[in-house]
Amino acid sequence: MNRTLRTLAMGSYALLALLLTGCERPPIVASQNGFRGTGMEQVNNPRTVAVKLAANQAPVALDAASPDGPKAKDVFKNVQILGDLSVAQFTRHMASITQWVAPEAGCAYCHNPENFADDGKYTKVVARRMIQMTQHINSDWKQHVASTGVTCYTCHRGNNIPANVWFAPKDRKYANGLLGDLAGQNLASKSAGLTSLPFDPLTPYLKDSAEIRVNGKQALAATGADANRSSLKQTEHTYSLMVHMSESLGVNCTYCHNSRSFQSWEESRPQRATAWHGIRMARDLNNDYLIPLTSTFPAKRLGPTNDAAKVNCNTCHQGAFKPLYGAEMAKDFPELQVVAKK
Amino acid sequence: MAEYQNLFTSIQPVGPLHDGVPLPRGDWKRSGKPFLVHLFGRLGNAQIGPIYLGALGVASLLCGTLAFNIIGLNMLASVDWDPIQFVRQLFWLALEPPPPAYGLSIPPLAQGGWWNIAGFMLTASLLLWWARTYRRARQLGLGTHIAWAFAAAIWLYLVCGFFRPVLMGSWSESVPFGIFPHLDWTSAISLRYGNLFYNPFHALSIVFLYGSVLLFAMHGATILAVSRFGGEREIEQIVDRGTASERAALFWRWTMGFNATMESIHRWAWWFAVLCPLVGGIGILLTGTVVDNWYLWSVKHHVVPGYPHVVPAVVDPALLGGK
Repeated sequence: MNRTLRTLAMGSYALLALLLTGCERPPIVASQNGFRGTGMEQVNNPRTVAVKLAANQAPVALDAASPDGPKAKDVFKNVQILGDLSVAQFTRHMASITQWVAPEAGCAYCHNPENFADDGKYTKVVARRMIQMTQHINSDWKQHVASTGVTCYTCHRGNNIPANVWFAPKDRKYANGLLGDLAGQNLASKSAGLTSLPFDPLTPYLKDSAEIRVNGKQALAATGADANRSSLKQTEHTYSLMVHMSESLGVNCTYCHNSRSFQSWEESRPQRATAWHGIRMARDLNNDYLIPLTSTFPAKRLGPTNDAAKVNCNTCHQGAFKPLYGAEMAKDFPELQVVAKK
Repeated sequence: MAEYQNLFTSIQPVGPLHDGVPLPRGDWKRSGKPFLVHLFGRLGNAQIGPIYLGALGVASLLCGTLAFNIIGLNMLASVDWDPIQFVRQLFWLALEPPPPAYGLSIPPLAQGGWWNIAGFMLTASLLLWWARTYRRARQLGLGTHIAWAFAAAIWLYLVCGFFRPVLMGSWSESVPFGIFPHLDWTSAISLRYGNLFYNPFHALSIVFLYGSVLLFAMHGATILAVSRFGGEREIEQIVDRGTASERAALFWRWTMGFNATMESIHRWAWWFAVLCPLVGGIGILLTGTVVDNWYLWSVKHHVVPGYPHVVPAVVDPALLGGK
């Protein structure tokens, strides 16, 4: 009898221990960011924050180069952008890009070592377009990047391809079968923060311009033209996009939203407006810079549906509420701040 | 003499195995030979079986099994028939209702049609099982309290999966069959309709839910505490109050000035439990059909407190000409 009880008790402890493995080890630190008692707070674990802080450090910028001397466009051939820099500045810029994007492969990652002016490598064509994109972000999207700005490193972090880019997901193998319709959701997917929400919230909102807002402006349900016809499935898509943003920035819903009415702008935190512009910025970059590069990329760089790599919030943010925790890296590279040539 | 002094059943009085009272003419025979399981006896009665299946029970089990298999096979198909992924992602998988474009029409099988079939089968199974609880109670000469309590739960199920989708004109509004996906639906309906916590029927439902738990704990504790005086013979004590009943009543009168009776406590518990899905169902039925935004509804009815702004005012960028 006692043995049965003991076995049962041991079993229960083992089960409890197993269940606890799914939990995060304390301490959990909550910091208040709104009026008291309204649940406006950010929850962080100092251990996780320490890891993220270490992983999001900006590299030291190379010493500024002299603006004197001949211009790059007059000395080098086939300089389509950054040509007004001095040769010293231009060389410093190239050295920085190497450090940011191809520290291992070096110049040869983009350039033909025999002839640096040659556009034969796709990587050079892409890099040129990406510099233009960076200039476009810094000069035309100040509502999102403010004066902090971005550099190649904001996304690349020493990788040839930024670690967090996205492709349209491939259909499952038996998608034409009679059973098992996924309806675009109900899988444990990373893009939806491991929830079962729609696993591609990016195509409709960061490529296409589907309506994100689902809440109505009136208390009562209206009919006809006044009716709010947003469906629950649409809501789940919006929800999934919000999970993506929350995961990418490492923040709770209440970093932007009020705890009682997610739709209300009057009660939102200013970060929500910044995020609003961020969504438009990602959409703009995908449509004007990345998708047009589809035919430039070799097949091995394309996604499962032969689409080009695209950006989302995580491409820059990488788990931080501000990329590189707001390090003002771009100020050392004024050539990336100029008004972009389309 | 054995005493009930523990939180856990420490003694198991076991009598001869029995089939129970004779059944009326026309009923099925009971199936299975009764047997004893000691561990079950620690939780409830040690005697297992016999079970009465009957025509309603068999029909209900058939419909239920069919629904269960349709849902399961669709889940398995959704991970390309990979049994490992099926187990790994089981909590994420679901049989999803049709997309909004189909409204209330019958969609193709591959686009939610299976959901309609599974939903119909599951509903049939539940309703047949309800009829079975009603008829079994009658055949035993009982009241039908259990059947009506069960009906309250079925009401909430039907509101979520049938009445509300029909009023909204779309099957897509309904709940997916899946563990996490049905929870996502719960979050989504709150997000879409301006925070369900501002729905007064939702609030009432929570009152009855937590109230049920509280009453259950109070009643269970009271009876265990007076069982040393024979308090567990609740039914006898309803008409013939003994010292157990008196002491229990006195305890609550001393501590909170008011007490239930041996009979009324069960009515309290029954109503609290039944009202939880009943009012919850009303709240869901009104959501989207009558009220589109519960937060704004509460603002309109002056139940939303104002808080000081602690951050600079934010203006909707879409109103400033942003696209």
